[in-house]
Amino acid sequence: MNSLEKLIEECSKQAFDLNFTHAKKWKSGDKTRALVGYLPIYFPREIAHAMNALSVGIMGAGDRKQIIRGDAYYQSYICHLPRGVIEMALDGSLDEFDGFVFPAICDCVRNLSGMYKLAGKGKFQRYFDYPQNFDAAIGGVFYRQELEKIIDDISAVNGMKLSIENLNHSIKLFNKNRELIEKIYDIRQEYPWRLSALETYYIVRAGMVITVEEHNKILEDVISCLSADRGEPMDNIRVVISGSFCEQPPAGLIKSIEMAGCYIVDDDFLLGSRWIQGSVAGNSNNPLGELVSAYLNKSTFSSAVYDVGNPKGKRLVELAKKRKADGVIFSAASFCDPALLDRPEMQKECDAAGIPHINFQYHENTGQFKVIKEQAGTFSDSIKLWA
Amino acid sequence: MSEAKEVIKEKSMLIQKEMLAKLFRELSTAKESGKKVVYTFVPGNLTELILSFDMLPVYPEINALQSGMRKKSAAYIRDAEKIGFSEDVCTYVKCDIGMMLNGNSGPTGEKLPAPDLLLLSYTGCYTFMKWFENLERLYPGVPVAMLHTPYQEDGKITADQIAYMVKQMKEDVIPKMEKVSGKKFDLPRLSKMMENSAKSEDLLVKILESAKNKPSPIDAYFAGVYYIGPLFTAFRGTQEAVDYYNELYKEVQERIRLGLGPVTPEGELKEERFRLVVEGPPNWTNFREFWKIFYDMGAVIVASSYTKVGGVYDLGFRHNPKEPLESLARYCMGCYTNMNLPQRVQLLEKYVREYKADGFLINSIKSCNSFSAGQLMIMRELEQRCGVPVGFIESDLVDPRYFSYANIKNRLESYFQMLEQRKIILERESQPAQ
Repeated sequence: MNSLEKLIEECSKQAFDLNFTHAKKWKSGDKTRALVGYLPIYFPREIAHAMNALSVGIMGAGDRKQIIRGDAYYQSYICHLPRGVIEMALDGSLDEFDGFVFPAICDCVRNLSGMYKLAGKGKFQRYFDYPQNFDAAIGGVFYRQELEKIIDDISAVNGMKLSIENLNHSIKLFNKNRELIEKIYDIRQEYPWRLSALETYYIVRAGMVITVEEHNKILEDVISCLSADRGEPMDNIRVVISGSFCEQPPAGLIKSIEMAGCYIVDDDFLLGSRWIQGSVAGNSNNPLGELVSAYLNKSTFSSAVYDVGNPKGKRLVELAKKRKADGVIFSAASFCDPALLDRPEMQKECDAAGIPHINFQYHENTGQFKVIKEQAGTFSDSIKLWA
Repeated sequence: MSEAKEVIKEKSMLIQKEMLAKLFRELSTAKESGKKVVYTFVPGNLTELILSFDMLPVYPEINALQSGMRKKSAAYIRDAEKIGFSEDVCTYVKCDIGMMLNGNSGPTGEKLPAPDLLLLSYTGCYTFMKWFENLERLYPGVPVAMLHTPYQEDGKITADQIAYMVKQMKEDVIPKMEKVSGKKFDLPRLSKMMENSAKSEDLLVKILESAKNKPSPIDAYFAGVYYIGPLFTAFRGTQEAVDYYNELYKEVQERIRLGLGPVTPEGELKEERFRLVVEGPPNWTNFREFWKIFYDMGAVIVASSYTKVGGVYDLGFRHNPKEPLESLARYCMGCYTNMNLPQRVQLLEKYVREYKADGFLINSIKSCNSFSAGQLMIMRELEQRCGVPVGFIESDLVDPRYFSYANIKNRLESYFQMLEQRKIILERESQPAQ
């Protein structure tokens, strides 16, 4: 077993490899393999896995790639994520990808799917519409049809057919994956100093670009390493981060928040990997139906899901309480309509529950963290001194 | 400061003014008269269905744009920002919420009634969903009916998508309307309304397509949103709408017969120098100034995408009395902002060619990602496909902080110079060799 330091180093390398070397190497091992790129937030990777395809999270270029051509496609008032995604399409980083899935999260990502269509990037470019009706007979039917479109897309690429047996197998692997990630979050709940938020981020994000089998092994090794104490407890407050589910914050921002005196005990950075709360039935005669049912009934709260009847503000408060958080940091990408339009109501819920909060905005390639660090530091001090 | 000139108005404009004033009077007394009020959106609106229950529709984005035109939006937006809304987000939402915080006075100054039903016909704009999630919390207890309109991501409307929408209408939207209105759903009544809708739609298409004439008798963007389109949303399905569009069509025919250009706020446009296709919504806070830059230069908008957010009827869609719910589903999915980008490019290309436009211009709106994201690629595609000069300006819907008159005028003047030069070159090239 590798040491924790080595595992973290490997994950940090994979997480930010914008050439997706590992995924491309995996594809080259077998002619029936396919690569499917997907954007935030959620894509049920089980279906791709069951069809011998690797779904690869395209989370933007962050601060790891200079945007040269991508900026020419977007006005200054559009968020930063699609610029990097276009840049990667134009600079050949995604050339071996067979198709792309654009989940319904906002109008920018929706229109980006059309830009990929116009550019003829990949063999398919699929806008993946989440139903906003959660009745199994209405929204469930629609969601299944959406999944079937992607199944047909993959099948057209590699000729594979989806079998009940394969899908059940894949569901079990991803159940395990989510369970292990949650286990790490639970350990951090008790011992946040053993694994920093940034290290956790590397470990979870690496899982979006490698196979689930490889990732599960890494997660198991990480959990095993975490049984031993590591690091020193600090006089930090505990915070939940909300609003960073699509365009990802730069690593420096996550580090700055922790260095400012805040243990990040939960977050929505890579929400797609933790979307389904709990397990999906893995021994079913209708595994596709189980994925549908999981989406309708076990989805986490998110700005991408219509929430009348189960408001996300209340669910955020529940999460903060579950994690024994001292406060909430609303950290959203600039020009992110879903996160920013949700923010006022979520703040109200925090106020009603007596949970202190602050907010700021970032770009994925923000390079200066001094102001954010000061703001987070002041937040931490104010809670430690007066809460 | 010079006195503002009195706006020149045609008969149809006056009829429209009266019809809208009547609607707002009805809205202001809705609680007393017992009429139920439904808040909903323009794209993918279910006007006929609402009217078939004798309920009154309120369109928050129309209230917002009216607030913009009446110079009230800046204060409303500021108030919404004070309660936590970011500077970055949609200004229609902030304007609407600010208006509500300030007593919900509508465009005519009369108080708008609170909703009895929030009908979230979530079509072509993701922000609509966020908007109504906010309204639901600001109007606690008011029922919300969600109608999720699938996006035309494959560039077509499928039978499965229609079935999904019809099921939502039958099992969620209509039962909620029955409960709120206290009336049973009346299918024959809805069908009858759709006959009127189809008549109005035929007339609207004829009016919009009159811009193929040279000179064009209408401005299909500024006039399109000023007096050609608005009635369509609130009154579609009524006999009044059919009568209005008949009257307007007569006016347009008369203008064609007399060889007249469009009516502007300062009277008739005397010379049509440039014919443009415009993509994107207009700016509302400085609407007249914005329009004036165009008509002062003799530029006429012969086709626009914004006037198609409430329906792309010129591609052949009509509400169908024989299949009322199915046609409402098709209508929602067919709206411009619910079309994928390749479809949008194709439509705009068709407009440039069929309307013999000299140029293609984008007014990119800071707070409308549904339109703005991808526009620079649309512009490149149009330039390549049609070979016409393309122009690009930026403003906002209702936030006056993002309307820079000098900047826009400067850019447009350069653009018009380019169009002028191109005309000269094309004319020279078309002369027979000496």
